[in-house]
Amino acid sequence: MPSPRQTFDAQLHALEQRLLRMGSFVEGMLEDSVKALELQDTALAEEVVRRDDVADELDLDIETSCMHMLALQQPMSKDLRVIGTALKITTDLERIGDYSVDIARTAIELASEPFLRPLVRIPRMAEFTSRMVRGALEAFVSRNAEKIDEVVNLDDQVDDLNVQVWAAMTMEMKEDPSSIYRNAHMILVARYLERIADHAVNVAERVQYMETGILRQLAASHQTPGA
Amino acid sequence: MAEHGTFTPRPVVLLTPEETATFLVRDMNVFYGDNHALQHVTLNVPSRQITALIGPSGCGKSTFLRCLNRMNDTILGCRVTGELTLDTHAILGRAVDPVEVRKRVGMVFQRPNPFPMSVYDNVAYGPRRHGARNRGVLDRIVEETLRKSALWDEVKDKLRHSAFDLSGGQQQRLCIARALAVQPDVLLMDEPSSALDPISTFKIEELMLELKEHYTIVIVTHNMYQASRVADFTGFFLHGELIEYGPTVEIFERPIDPRTDDYVRGRFG
Repeated sequence: MPSPRQTFDAQLHALEQRLLRMGSFVEGMLEDSVKALELQDTALAEEVVRRDDVADELDLDIETSCMHMLALQQPMSKDLRVIGTALKITTDLERIGDYSVDIARTAIELASEPFLRPLVRIPRMAEFTSRMVRGALEAFVSRNAEKIDEVVNLDDQVDDLNVQVWAAMTMEMKEDPSSIYRNAHMILVARYLERIADHAVNVAERVQYMETGILRQLAASHQTPGA
Repeated sequence: MAEHGTFTPRPVVLLTPEETATFLVRDMNVFYGDNHALQHVTLNVPSRQITALIGPSGCGKSTFLRCLNRMNDTILGCRVTGELTLDTHAILGRAVDPVEVRKRVGMVFQRPNPFPMSVYDNVAYGPRRHGARNRGVLDRIVEETLRKSALWDEVKDKLRHSAFDLSGGQQQRLCIARALAVQPDVLLMDEPSSALDPISTFKIEELMLELKEHYTIVIVTHNMYQASRVADFTGFFLHGELIEYGPTVEIFERPIDPRTDDYVRGRFG
């Protein structure tokens, strides 16, 4: 018969596993949504849209188990911080799923619009953003501070690319009004990726809090280019 | 994990400013014969705040509490060393009359222990012992004290009834009233609600929060959640040592010493 503390430890472990499962799930949504955009693959984009229900269920499941543990275990210290962190992280992950769906919908919207040239900056933004999400989850698993730094540093690069996308797309729209429809969507995609990167930074901030008890912002607030 | 940015960790025993402290405790030790029950405790007890002392049974928290009103003097073979001041006056040593200390430092115990007399006489007991005889004066003290103890409305029509007719929670609030009737500055509470049901416990906690406007309160509790609900500062004792002392939220959210962390997370035993 396990002791109450052993039961609680097992519940905390299960919570971490659920968060990781959800993290990899939304990371897959992100990667597939950008792939669908690049390859103009409507079927894959629709598949990503459908996965959102699963992400929402995982989110509710994590929130429910956190609330149960708060009510029944009345956690303190590190245990409290792990559960508080899980409650925050799950919302960030759920939002990452939502933005991936937005990208997938854009892919569906642009499936019949020919690209004038291959996409360069957006796939690079997506690659950095995926690495950030993965890095934040790895930091959560390994409690590794270096991973947190890596996530924060990548965020700067994502922000720079977002500014570049804005500049390039607006210039092209001025020169060639026929590009407006496609480029306006691409600006939005860049914005979704930039927001996903911010959520990855949020996750990294929470991991740091979980480990140290210190809650502080790790990256500057996001800025919208042109605003 | 490495820290990001600048963060100066607080000391494990955080000393609040001396000028706002009711008690200053410096290197205090308590021996029961050969047993070194309390070891080198140094802390400041802040004025008009609630300080909770937590720790497993036998950790020294009640021993510490009893030093604050010289109750350890009543234990044969008990020896206390170090310095202890109450509002800058030293209160340890034979030159200090423990009765005078106890007049300023009231105490409430785990089990409600009203005297076998009426509600009124329980409250009037202390003032009478200190010379109050005038009926009007005593009436006023009894009413004011019972009001302060959030008991007046419940007992005003049964002041002449035996204190034993009251419920457990009411009896405990009567004991608090009895302690307050001699106008102390400090109220010590040793597990004041461990024998009470949740509603009575809630009333005692509510009362503590009201009383701290006028009194310095030190409470020993086995109930960590009680400490987290009411205390401004919390000290964790283990094996006779003060392991960690600081703002309550820090002790329960991000304790520094791993032994505190283990205790508040229920990882002992």
